[in-house]
Amino acid sequence: MEEYTPEAAYSPMKPPITHTGVIGWIKKNLFNGYLNSLLTLGILFVFYKIIPPFIRWAFLDSVWCPDCAGACRKAAGACWSVVTSNIRFIIFGFYPYSQQWRPLIAMLLLFGLIYYSSKRENWRKSLIYIWAIGLFVMGTLMKGGIFGLVPVESTKWGGLPLTLLLSVFGLTAAYPLGVILALGRRSKMPGIRWLSIIYIELIRGVPLISLLFMASIIFPLFLPEGVTINKILRAQVAIILFTAAYIAEVVRGGLQGISKGQYEAAESLGLNYVLTMRLVILPQALKIVIPPTVSILISAFKDTSLVVIIALWDLMKTTQSVLSHPKWMGFSPEAYIFLAILYFLGCFSMSNYSRKLERELSQGEQR
Amino acid sequence: MTNKTKQEPTAQPSSNAMIEIIDLHKWYGELHVLQGINLTVKRQERIVICGPSGSGKSTLIRCINRLEEHQRGRIIVDGVELTNNVKNIEKIRAEVGMVFQHFNLFPHLTILDNLTLGPIWVRKIPRKKAEETAMYYLEKVHIADQAKKYPGQLSGGQQQRVAIARSLCMNPKIMLFDEPTSALDPEMIKEVLDVMVELAREGMTMIVVTHEMGFAKSVAHRVLFMDYGRIVEENTPEEFFSNPRHERTKLFLSQILR
Ligand SMILES: Nc1ncnc2c1ncn2[C@@H]1O[C@H](COP(=O)(O)OP(=O)(O)OP(=O)(O)O)[C@@H](O)[C@H]1O
Ligand SMILES: [Mg+2]
Repeated sequence: MEEYTPEAAYSPMKPPITHTGVIGWIKKNLFNGYLNSLLTLGILFVFYKIIPPFIRWAFLDSVWCPDCAGACRKAAGACWSVVTSNIRFIIFGFYPYSQQWRPLIAMLLLFGLIYYSSKRENWRKSLIYIWAIGLFVMGTLMKGGIFGLVPVESTKWGGLPLTLLLSVFGLTAAYPLGVILALGRRSKMPGIRWLSIIYIELIRGVPLISLLFMASIIFPLFLPEGVTINKILRAQVAIILFTAAYIAEVVRGGLQGISKGQYEAAESLGLNYVLTMRLVILPQALKIVIPPTVSILISAFKDTSLVVIIALWDLMKTTQSVLSHPKWMGFSPEAYIFLAILYFLGCFSMSNYSRKLERELSQGEQR
Repeated sequence: MTNKTKQEPTAQPSSNAMIEIIDLHKWYGELHVLQGINLTVKRQERIVICGPSGSGKSTLIRCINRLEEHQRGRIIVDGVELTNNVKNIEKIRAEVGMVFQHFNLFPHLTILDNLTLGPIWVRKIPRKKAEETAMYYLEKVHIADQAKKYPGQLSGGQQQRVAIARSLCMNPKIMLFDEPTSALDPEMIKEVLDVMVELAREGMTMIVVTHEMGFAKSVAHRVLFMDYGRIVEENTPEEFFSNPRHERTKLFLSQILR
């Protein structure tokens, strides 16, 4: 073995250069053959038909100034005025006008915390304390009642802060619950296994809307006289319970992808069940299922808009109510485009982040 | 391929038993896989088990650290009997190292983290100390320069040597090997066997399921031949290979030594 050096027999060559530059790329990818060229031309034509008119509508002919409903009616383009005039109501709902800086700061704080937590080098124990403090500050800002802040009832919370509240805490609570359910479903103890199966199948068997109805209408009937549980909290719990069941099934799929050898290697080192799961199995299983998990989280994020039907004023509801005002009637495309952009930003950053995380976690390891 | 290095076993087994297996039976459903195994392994003794596929070799050694549960008979490891007592099982597992055919390294951890996982979480050794120990054993299996890599970046032979080092980091009293070289390309078998021979020379108690007869001859005190869940024949390597007594053994040897 030692005398034979592969390097001696190896004289490297550069790969042959066939296509270079933009022209080369275009030729190779868009016009390699009749059918492909035809498709390219067809698509270009469709673009030509759609994009310039849209730009004219959305930008060139549009009306942006706040409170220009009149000008809007005359203009040929989009009436962004519906957004600029009502932005504070759309975003904050019925939160007292003079106090709206509070939810604004709370949201900025939340974004900051999420950004900070997204960095893997910050995944330390201190992160838990940072979140605990952050949650306390955010809660205080929203609720008020201490430090000279005017108390604001949670019935007045609405708009983007409510959507964020429902989704961020819905998702972060549903994820661990889903993992626990997935482990439960694969447990050797029949009691735990059956409970998990029943829970998962029951929840997956009903639409989220019906769960929300139950949380808002049926559940209070069972409470003793005089006891009320905050409506937002009830919706929150319904979203958590619902999402967790779906996450559980995805995670179960990931667990099945881990070979028996991994369990055996961990066990033969003397690791107990909890440590085996925590250090060996879950890190691998959860990584495999990042893409489907993120799909679930994204759809759960959008599904929070269903709380409209139990009369919570989330982002969707505040927008709708603006549009029902006679002054702004008929400008729903603009308002919904704005709403869509907000939701898109949320969803897109989630899927972007998940891809980045996946890449980082699989650095160096290949099978 | 056989290992030609001929060495005299240095450490002779002492008298006290490390593993005692008494009338061991195991079923998989209806299938009677182990049909009354009796085996005593002394401290520092090295045993090679061979036999045809499906004869129960893996099942036997997997019972010793309770990766499989037995249904009848007794297994006593270093004075502790294997029962359903979870604490006992974990204790025995920490004392018994196991090396698998397919290495079973943790692909999401670096080589170094693979080695320190057990010591840190089971033995509660401080990380720094555990890493020193890990580097010591990586040196020993001639692979210290790969400590920061991931298992997927190593060759099969290197991975198996890491797996051996991982077990050694737990400072085990017994090492079990289940066909450690049968998933390896021929040119990598020797590097793994060399590490095992070294381990044998230092007096480790070993049970090795293997068909590497060169290894058996140079290292084992006893060779067992299993068939249909029984130990059919048991002898010193010299006798076993030159004078097999049973027809089954003869047939088997003629097949693998072809
Ligand atoms: N988990 C299991 N469930 C059911 N049957 C099993 C299981 N594991 C092994 N067996 C059966 O038990 C018998 C003994 O298997 P074992 O793996 O111990 O054989 P082996 O001697 O190690 O064979 P090989 O040389 O192929 O590794 C075989 O017939 C096998 O099919
Ligand atoms: Mg086997």
